[in-house]
Amino acid sequence: MQRTTLFFLGGAALIFVIVQAMISFGLLNDFYVNILLLASVYAIVGLGLNLIYGFNGQFSLGQWGFYAIGAYAAGDITYWWTLDKSAHALMIALLAVLFCGAAILLLRKLLSRVRGVDALSAFTLYLVVVIFLVFIAIQLGQALSPAVSGLLSLLPDGLSLQIVFFLAVLIAGLMAAEISFLFGLPVLTLGSDYFGIATLGLTIIVKVLLDNSDTLLPFPEMKGARGMVGIPEVTNWFWAFAFLLVIVIVVRNLLHSSYGRAIISVREDEIAAKAMGIDIAHYKNLSFVLGSLFAGLAGGLYAHINGFLHPNTFNFIKSFDPMIIIVMGGLGSITGTLGASFAWAFILEGLLRVILPQGTETWRFVVYPLILLLIMLLRPKGLMGEIELPFLRQVLPPLKPKAQPEETQAEVKP
Amino acid sequence: MTPNGTPNSKDTLFIQSLRKGWLGKVFLILIGLAALWKLGVSLADNPVLFLQQVINGLQLGFVYALIALGYTMVYGIVRLINFAHGDVFMVGAFVGFYTIARFQFHTWPERLFPGLPQWLVLGVGTVTVVLISMAICALLAFTIERVAYKPLRNAPRISALITAIGVSFFLEYFGALQFVFTPNFVTFERPFSVQNWQINNLGIQALPSGQSPADNSIIISNIALIIVLASILLLLLLQFIVQGTRVGKAMRAVAYDKQTARLMGINVDGIISITFAIGAALAGAAGILYATAFPQVYFVMGIIPGLKAFVAAVLGGIGSIPGAVVGALIMGQAEVLSAAYISTPMRDAVAFSILVIVLLVRPTGIFGEPEREKA
Repeated sequence: MQRTTLFFLGGAALIFVIVQAMISFGLLNDFYVNILLLASVYAIVGLGLNLIYGFNGQFSLGQWGFYAIGAYAAGDITYWWTLDKSAHALMIALLAVLFCGAAILLLRKLLSRVRGVDALSAFTLYLVVVIFLVFIAIQLGQALSPAVSGLLSLLPDGLSLQIVFFLAVLIAGLMAAEISFLFGLPVLTLGSDYFGIATLGLTIIVKVLLDNSDTLLPFPEMKGARGMVGIPEVTNWFWAFAFLLVIVIVVRNLLHSSYGRAIISVREDEIAAKAMGIDIAHYKNLSFVLGSLFAGLAGGLYAHINGFLHPNTFNFIKSFDPMIIIVMGGLGSITGTLGASFAWAFILEGLLRVILPQGTETWRFVVYPLILLLIMLLRPKGLMGEIELPFLRQVLPPLKPKAQPEETQAEVKP
Repeated sequence: MTPNGTPNSKDTLFIQSLRKGWLGKVFLILIGLAALWKLGVSLADNPVLFLQQVINGLQLGFVYALIALGYTMVYGIVRLINFAHGDVFMVGAFVGFYTIARFQFHTWPERLFPGLPQWLVLGVGTVTVVLISMAICALLAFTIERVAYKPLRNAPRISALITAIGVSFFLEYFGALQFVFTPNFVTFERPFSVQNWQINNLGIQALPSGQSPADNSIIISNIALIIVLASILLLLLLQFIVQGTRVGKAMRAVAYDKQTARLMGINVDGIISITFAIGAALAGAAGILYATAFPQVYFVMGIIPGLKAFVAAVLGGIGSIPGAVVGALIMGQAEVLSAAYISTPMRDAVAFSILVIVLLVRPTGIFGEPEREKA
């Protein structure tokens, strides 16, 4: 194992143990633990968005919508489990996600053999298949759920809840990823700004649907605009940290592979990347789906922090938060995203709320945009710029020395 | 399957339909037909109600058009989605509120020259209030542009966008402070009283306030008339400025090519500031018109109309002035008709679905020109 890897993993373990000890010995009260969990969740969303915007150059404002989808999906699954030990939501969601995932992979394989498939037609095909499979999954899931509920009930209470929670978060991520795949198929063909606007539209549509989840959607337990209660508070520092660490490593390894170089090349110059034989549409889709997967996972974790979900949390105004975080941290910097999301959560939620005297809390959002403006005016490349931890830094072959301008001039002279 | 993707006789119909996009077109046509069917049924069911909704949509659409012009002009020139524009609209509405309710400014002709006829007093007074609001908004946008956007002219576009979001937050929450605009909902006092007319098979009659209209009659209020007329007036004025004056010519030149415009001796920074100011003036007027129609002002009132107007600008083809107007009218109709016939809370979702569908069919919007490659 390389030294940087050892340092990184050792450092991560050290941070985990120290914070866990501080929580166990009661040095950090619930308020700060909450901020810590929130910061980890923001960091996961931020990493996903950085993959899409920072590394792939696609301006997405839809991450908050996928975050909302993940939060409500995972919350709904554990809600039913804690309510009456019924795994029907779990089974339906699991089967739907697995069937649709398998169908998408299979169809993609088949469609990749046909050249020049129209994106909208492919979208229609996928949509029909997915709707059909979801219908089957509902029937099958309901049939299977008593058996699975019985099996899970055999386990001790705490363990079964942890298992259901873990599965729920994974399902939330996969669901967000699959929806983003479907949505991205036609929309990723749009130009950069238009893609941003279309994804902003997705965030708004999701929020409107959640506002009316009890009337327009068949989910009375989500209680629409009144907010969903009764979700178990399972997310703790262990889960948040574990998910964050795994995702950091996944993003790092992805970016250091040939896939990552292809993703970055699409950002740098689409035409040049195409000329190098890189399938641009494929890599745009890949980074969008992965980023949305992370957003869904983060949503699943978020749902279990407070056990309360409200559609206003997923307002489109908030969808700028991850964008602000990654720009503050530096586009295309993993370390920057991590640092900025923790700093952001602590400053906005923690310090400004604690430092500002009683009665001036309303000044919080007056001070915050001013800080934002100052950062943008003074450091437009983000607070961290392009600084990376050694483990996360990409080792690239040295650039060939560029031709000196003097030489070219000398050549031109005669 | 042939290497270069040309149709091959061996391809099945299914493969061909995928390749030529028939499947997607069928999908879109089905959606369109469902919408048309729904509208047709509603029209046949109760034509009077339908017409009433169309009139309401027109009123809303013209307000959106005034806001959308600010977005589209700014985007056309500096390629910036000016998220603070909706909040300028909010400031315009609040300026109108203060000049009317606190300072009674709409009655200044009467106080200066007692004995003038009432309609003249209200007419001149209201126009003055609108002009004050437009001037203050223009000044505000000018300041924002100089302080926040100009230093970032050469920075990455995302920095300017984040700055715009920051300015938007600042205007909202600074306005929410107790001593600025207050965080409460405030009732906007109309400078004139509402007068309704009902139109039915008996002709047009004035409807005294408090009296319920006769069956099968369309109601038109003086507010709707004023909004439509004022908007059309302002749009014509804008058209004149952009097409008929030296400043407008310079604006078009800067939008076309900034570098060359600078070489031709045009003060590019000045023109950009003027564009921001004109857009904001229109938003200020829209703020007062909107508050007159829906008499309630509060510090985040600009977000949703701002966003809708922005969507309208995209729908019509961002950067195109007639496009913004057409897009805004479509948005107004879509919002009102979907609220009436589908479901009230779904109107935002319907509006955005229309946006996504239009972008898929015509990625540059209805009137948009394909993006030019710039060196």
